[in-house]
This record gives sequence, structure tokens and C-alpha cells, in this order.
Amino acid sequence: MTDTSRRGFLLAGSLAGAGLVAAACTGNAEDGGTGGQNVSTGGDNDKPGRQVTIGFSAPAADHGWIAAIAKNAEAQAKQYSDVKLQAVEPTNDINQQISAVESLIAQKVDVLVILPNDGEQLNQVARKAMDAGIPVVNLDRVFPDKLSYRTWIGGDNYGMGVAAGHYIGRRLKEKGVDDPVIVEIQGIATLPLTQERSKGFEDALRTYGFRVTARQDAKFTVESGNQVAGNLLQAHRKIDALWNHDDDQGVGVLAAVKQAGRDEFFMVGGAGSANAMREIKAGGVLEATVTYSPTMASSAIKIARLIAQGKGMADLVEKQVPQSITLASETVTRQNVDQYLPLGFES
Amino acid sequence: MTSAGSDRSRETPVKDVSGRPAGEAVTASARPRPPRFLRPPVVPSGVGAAGRHAGLATALLLLVLVGLITKPDHFATSSNIVSILSLAATIGVITVGMTFVIIGGGIDLSVGAVMALASVWATTVATQSHGPAMMAVCAVLVGTGAGLINGLLIAYGRMVPFIATLAMLVAARGLAQRISDRRTQLIRPENNAIEALSTTRVLGLPLLVYLFAAVVVVGWLVLNRTTFGRRTFAVGGNPEAARLAGIDVRRHTLLLYTLSGLCCGIAAIIIMARTTTGSSTHGDLYELDAIAAVIIGGTLLSGGRGTLVGSILGLLIFTVITNLFILNGLDTSDQLIAKGVIIVIAVLLQRRGLRTAAVT
Repeated sequence: MTDTSRRGFLLAGSLAGAGLVAAACTGNAEDGGTGGQNVSTGGDNDKPGRQVTIGFSAPAADHGWIAAIAKNAEAQAKQYSDVKLQAVEPTNDINQQISAVESLIAQKVDVLVILPNDGEQLNQVARKAMDAGIPVVNLDRVFPDKLSYRTWIGGDNYGMGVAAGHYIGRRLKEKGVDDPVIVEIQGIATLPLTQERSKGFEDALRTYGFRVTARQDAKFTVESGNQVAGNLLQAHRKIDALWNHDDDQGVGVLAAVKQAGRDEFFMVGGAGSANAMREIKAGGVLEATVTYSPTMASSAIKIARLIAQGKGMADLVEKQVPQSITLASETVTRQNVDQYLPLGFES
Repeated sequence: MTSAGSDRSRETPVKDVSGRPAGEAVTASARPRPPRFLRPPVVPSGVGAAGRHAGLATALLLLVLVGLITKPDHFATSSNIVSILSLAATIGVITVGMTFVIIGGGIDLSVGAVMALASVWATTVATQSHGPAMMAVCAVLVGTGAGLINGLLIAYGRMVPFIATLAMLVAARGLAQRISDRRTQLIRPENNAIEALSTTRVLGLPLLVYLFAAVVVVGWLVLNRTTFGRRTFAVGGNPEAARLAGIDVRRHTLLLYTLSGLCCGIAAIIIMARTTTGSSTHGDLYELDAIAAVIIGGTLLSGGRGTLVGSILGLLIFTVITNLFILNGLDTSDQLIAKGVIIVIAVLLQRRGLRTAAVT
């Protein structure tokens, strides 16, 4: 009896010791950080002006894109001596984000930048901020009520699908492929943004007389991308082109392609991660990616600052910032990848 | 005579399941049960188990038949079979550990999160600098360590397994997010040996399928051919009787959860090989998939009876369904409905089978 308990104790002790040794392995510092690159400098507007406090609220990062949003906003704010960024704890809970924004209103920040978890559900609190005289810069996920924001800036999901569709359509026409097998791997299918991307893709392909052969949804995660791609590759012995909506899940898709030993097709990604761009540069199955760039957070901070200081955008004639800015989805290929690499986000 | 005896012993736990709310059945092992007359602790195989396996195998065959009819030129190819087995490997290894825990009268909700944590820990810059072997060791150690903590809390801290492992689920995911800074950690090119598990093929199968098979074989041997296995059935069936029979129930419970953690660590190696990454998003809802596979496989959620072969068959049924749906270009939401229906049908059939077995 004592013997077994001592053995148990030794086992427990050695495992705990091993745990301590392993704890030394959680260091994650990497040389050459990527922070502070997604900023634009220069122009008359960047001269220090009135001191402004910008309140910032965004979902918690569970994805490289969202992580880049917060990092970009922070990096851009640091560029200005006249900007104080008041970022609240990121959360994926609607309730918590509402109270976070409420606390920013109570602190009487000069301007708010909000990327809501859900535009519809955060609409009320954004409206409250506007009513209290705090201009709201709505980032990406749009509030349904125009009274709830001063300016909206975000990506073009439909345009992203269009860009991917045009790239694939053109390449297949060049190759002279008739009746091509085109496969599409979506993100979370229930999101409106996913449906818009797919609609744009379909519409653009139709102009070439092509259509999507198979479409499956993943969950924006590496693992789901890997699983869905693994099965899709089995379903289609020969594929001509593949569009994957998201570069984060694309890591899993590319792993599945490699594991299946397939290279007869070309692939287009989405979002524009640094990793995808490195793959494009290396030249493999992944030929291009269509951007939905988190640099929009840097731009949102710049716009918020201009609004608070009562300035317009330098390149426009108007004295005030526009009400709505839709960013174009740009196509990154091997030809222009060097130009985009600094903007790519680490997944 | 012996068969009649084992039939009666089989009848008792059924009443447990139908007579009690499900949540209580889960927690049953934590509190001492009213002492019953001693019964043979092990009923791992025999007519009932064989019958259940036949039922599961039939279901699997039906699915294969559906595959052959709907996609004759895609389903039964070697590359599709490789694909199905590779996909099953990750949850498969976890399911082995889960089978032990559930037969032992507990539950482990933390498996997916622990696997994610192990994958993240093993792919940090610091760990990766030690090479692929150290990464694998790290994944296994982290998994085992988390399992050990679960076991200590449950066996010696007297916590209900449901709650202790729920806490681990939340905490492990949080820690994984913290370590990875919520980023996807890619395996560096110099550590490609990990990825080779999924790209190197021996006799047409990737190495990770052999790893999966090895875990299943070892698990089966331990469960059915060792004292440890027999004690697992005893502890799960009636902890009080097991204690009276001289089994150190607490120590055994501790080992069961450590074993489950170990399996999560091995699963982390497989997921790293398949996705070439470590990420806090890995293994989302794996606990439910693993529990569902175990339940479909005929293991009682209240413990004391079950088979590993059944669990693996249950898991293969799920994997083949996913494969069939994607091969046929069907929607994933329908796939979820199908899975739900299958769980219900499987459990209803098992209960019917048990009742008829008890009557005859």
C-alpha cells in the first residue's frame, strides 16, 4: 500500500517537474516584429493639431485578421502626438461590448471607432454615442441606422468575390479551359459577409460563362479548412481552380492540398495574410489572394482624428471627411506581391 | 448459467440510465453509490458487445453502400479511404482516452481545449527551436500534465468530473490564446518532420494513420487484457464495490484522466501534422464529437460497461457521413441534423437491444 502510494507520488512529482520544464517553452518572442508598418505618414493633415482622445472597441481576436485590426489601430494612433487611444478590453460578447462602449461615452472621448461584433445589436449604443455628440467611425460591420455613425469605412465583400471571380475567369480563359471545375471554400456560411462574397464570385464568373462546381463552408479556422479541403479534393478528381475565402483557414487548405499531392489546379485566397503572400511569392498552388485588408483600422484611426479636429481629407475638395468609404478589394499576384507584403497580416 | 448471471448484471445499469436524469448519471461516479451485491466487474465482450458491434458495422456498411451508389467513382478509392482515416485520426486518438474515462464512470469535457493548448505550446518559437522531437515531447507532456490536473481535482479534490473538466476546458483555451497571442502558429520549415507524419506514406497510408492504429491497439490491449482495464470497468460499474474489493479507486481515477490527457497530447501531434500549425482554435467541440462516438459505440455514460471497438466504429460512422455529404456537395447544416438523428437512433436501438437481451 505504501509502496503504491509512493510510486504514485513519484509519478505525480516527475510529471509536475516535466511541466515546469515545459513551461520554459512558452516563450513566443520573435525577432523582427511586424508592428507599426501599416501606417501612412506625410501630408499636411498629419501635422499635430488639437489633442484628441479616440475611443476604440473591437471584438476579441480569435483570428489573425481581427488581431491585426487592434494592432493596426494601436500602431497608427502611436504615430500621432496629438492622439490618445482609449481602447477597451476586446470581447466577443455583445453585452460586454455594449457596456464597454457605454463606458467610453461616459468618459466623454472625442470620437469613437467601433468594429461591432454585430452591427444590428450594437446599433442602439452607437446611436446613443451620436446623440451624446460623440461622432462614431463605424469600422467594417455596418450599423443599419445611418443616424448611428458619422462615417463608415470597411471592406467590400461582394467586391472580393468579384476580384477572385475575375482572376479565375481570366486565367481559365487564357488557358483555354472549357467547362472548368471551379471549387469554392467559404468561411462561416451563415454570415452575410460570406454570402456576399459568394454572390460576387458567382456574378463575376458568369461574365465568363463559368459557374461554381462545388461549394462547401469551413469555419475560418485552420483545422476546418484542412478538413473541408481534404474531403473536397476527394470529391473532385480534377480541379481547375479553387477559391478559398480566407487566408487563415487557407493554411489548412494548403496543407490538405499538399497531403493529397495535388497540383493540377491553381488557388486564390482571400483577406491578404503575410503567409499567403509568402506562398504566392514562392510560387505554388496559391497564385493570388484578394485583399480584405485590416489596414482599414489604421485608416479608421486617421479618419477619426480628422473628424475630431474638424479637418477634411487632403486629396478631396470637401472640407469634411466623407460619410462612407468602401475599400476596394485588390488582387495580389506574383507580379505585385512585393508591394503588398508589408501590408500583409500575420495569421 | 453464467450467461444468465451476466444478463442480470447488464440489466441493472440500464435502469440507472432511464430512471435518472442525464446530468446525474454523469456525476454518478463522484458520490458513493448504495452498496450492492458484488457482481462480476468485467463484461467487456460477449454476446451483447458482439451484437452491438454487428449493428454498428451494419450501419457503417449501409453508409459505405450509400457512398458506392451516389459516388461510385470517388468513394471507394484508396485516396478517399486514406482521407477518411486521416480525418478520423485526430478525434480517434482522443476518443480512445474518452472511452477509458467514460467506462471509468467519468467524463472529460476538456479534450479539445487541451489538444489546442498542447498544439500551441509545442509550436511556440521557443519550443520550435529545440526541433521536431522536442515539439512532440512537449505536446505529449502538456496534454498529460493537463490530464493529471483534471485527475487530481476529481480524485483527490473530490470535484465532480463534469465541473472539473469544464473548468479545464475554459482555462486551457484561455491559456492557449494567451500563449499564442491568438495567432495561428505555423510550423517552421526546419521542423518539417512533424508534417512528414501526414505526407510520408508507408504501404499507401500516411504515418499518422499508423499512429492512430497503434493508439487503438494499445488502448484495446490495456482495456481488455490488463488489470488496469479490469479495474476501469470495476471502478466505473460500482466504485464502492471496487473499493471494497481492494482497488485504490482514487488513484485509478487519477490515472484515467491522465491517460485521457496523454491521448490529447498525441492528438495534438496529429493535428499539427495535418494543419502544419498550432492554434487555440484547434479542436473546437471535439469533446462533443468524442463523447458522441463513445455513446454510439455502446458505452454507458454512467460507466461500468463499454467497448473501444464500438467507439472507433461510432467515430468512423461520423467521419464517413461528413465525407459522404461533401462528396455529394450537400450542405453542412443537413450534416449536423443527420448526426443528431443518428445519435438518437443509435441510443434507442441499444436500449431496445438491451431490453430484449434482458427478457430472454
